[in-house]
Amino acid sequence: MMKTLMERLRSREILISDGAIGSILLSRGLPKAQCPESYNISHTDVLTDIAKEYLEAGAEIIQTNTFGASPLKLKDYSLDEKTDSINRSAVQAVRNAVDDKAYISGSCGPSGKMLKPYGDIEPEEMYESFHRQITSLISAGVDIICIETMTDINEALSAIKAAKSISSTIPVMATMTFDPTPRGFFTIMGTDIPTAVKMLSDSGADVIGSNCGNGIENMIKIAADIKAETEIPVIIQSNAGLPELKDEKIIYSETPEFMAEKAVELAELDVSIIGGCCGTTPAHIKAIRNKIDSLT
Amino acid sequence: MDIINSISTQLISGNDKDVASDTKKALDSGISAETILNDGLIMGMNIIGDRFRDHEVFLPDVLMAAKAMYAGMELIKPILIKSGISSRGKIVIGTIQGDLHDIGKNLVGIMLKGAGYEVIDLGHDVSPEKFVEVAKETGATIIGMSALLTTTMANMKEVVKILKNENLDGKIRTIIGGAPVSDQYASDIGVDKYSFDAGNAVDIVKELMA
Ligand code: B1M
Repeated sequence: MMKTLMERLRSREILISDGAIGSILLSRGLPKAQCPESYNISHTDVLTDIAKEYLEAGAEIIQTNTFGASPLKLKDYSLDEKTDSINRSAVQAVRNAVDDKAYISGSCGPSGKMLKPYGDIEPEEMYESFHRQITSLISAGVDIICIETMTDINEALSAIKAAKSISSTIPVMATMTFDPTPRGFFTIMGTDIPTAVKMLSDSGADVIGSNCGNGIENMIKIAADIKAETEIPVIIQSNAGLPELKDEKIIYSETPEFMAEKAVELAELDVSIIGGCCGTTPAHIKAIRNKIDSLT
Repeated sequence: MDIINSISTQLISGNDKDVASDTKKALDSGISAETILNDGLIMGMNIIGDRFRDHEVFLPDVLMAAKAMYAGMELIKPILIKSGISSRGKIVIGTIQGDLHDIGKNLVGIMLKGAGYEVIDLGHDVSPEKFVEVAKETGATIIGMSALLTTTMANMKEVVKILKNENLDGKIRTIIGGAPVSDQYASDIGVDKYSFDAGNAVDIVKELMA
């Protein structure tokens, strides 16, 4: 039996997580206007293949393709009735690939809706939505819940509360997306790093951090700012740069070598989990893995 | 003009109720709907947009300002639409796929209705297929698309492609507008016309329907 993820984090190991899924799905035939999570049911094998590639690249934490699999979000595609099976098949897809060679992380992204007064969602509706998704993820056997890419701190707290109410033993990671401003990093909703760290850790998150929205150089600064505020293990999942439009194609410019070189600085900052977000591929994860392994 | 300044100030602060009451006051005092729109509402929206770009304010402020904008637009809409009974032609409008910005597009709709055109508004996040499908169904001769994001404007090209494939180019004409697009962009992607604001959209439509 392998050690639990939290045990390994407590022994100050650096763990490598996986990279992007969405962009790979597009390159493997997912139509642009289709719900990426619908593939969990119709193309489970494709998701198993992607998980395998990340496992072979050296990732020890593999995410489920459930970023947009909360009922509030699935409703955009009239798939909210399928919440349970979409989440379960995503976990199964990863399980088929990794068996017990990696931890399965249940991804839980923003609802895509805004809480009142900015939008028209009541806090109860938001909570209910996360509760439904996370219930399915946990009962399908994920090792950890990853609430990610949040910009509204209240939405993040709602998801953490839902996860904690379902299980008192499953660890919860919570990450937010920050933008650089002349006054430091803020989420688009206006939350700065010290506030985010305090509120996320007060709510019981076991790992906190940031993903998306930045290339790795900014992520190093974000990691330093987070580390200055907390002792809780930190996760950083960087984009391979910012998306650029070239000849009608979206490209990300940071190479595996560049990101791996920079990941050393994340390790020096004592970041516990290093992985990728938009634009990263198994090649990026492999390069990061090799680089981090060479440090010890 | 104090009342006009007050409209934009209240809009910037996101006070929808005050924007509504100031707009009413301005109309009662005889200020034209166009002035209220351009020098009050749109002026305020531009200022909040600049502050958002410069990270002085965040999304919640912009959302509250947008709500306040609608509170004002609701009141001037009936005046801008005055006539609108005899239809001078049918136009399908919408914001392109992936894009949720609909304030500018709605203004374009209001002005076109005011000029006597029948406007079929598909809302925001509209797929290229949907634009063409509805134009065919309703017999509209113009498709008007709005895009506010550099990442979504490319989706407008798809509409041109579909029209070409179905041999409808020339029969159904296309207009685009929105901050990031331009005359140059319109011709690059094969759209018939670019329009810089809602008033201009009416002129362009007239021109295309003539
Ligand atoms: C068919 O024929 C025609 C003819 C003429 C046409 C036409 C069609 N369409 C428009 N026109 C023309 O006529 C109109 C009237 O004169 C004009 O329309 P406009 O729409 O230009 O003008 C309106 C009357 C007033 N202007 C507006 O309504 C836009 C104002 C600004 C502040 C703005 C707003 C309000 C919002 N936003 Co957003 N927003 C900004 C805007 C900054 C700015 N100053 O433009 C802009 C457009 N936003 C931006 C961004 C980045 C974003 N926004 C986002 C969200 C939002 C809100 C939801 C909060 C809100 C929209 C609310 C709503 N219901 O529309 C996000 C995207 C959401 C999405 N998927 O669409 C988000 C990505 C933010 C984020 N990081 O989450 C920037 C775009 C950068 C770029 N070039 O790509 C932005 C320029 C702000 C900035 N300075 O950074 C003309 O362009």
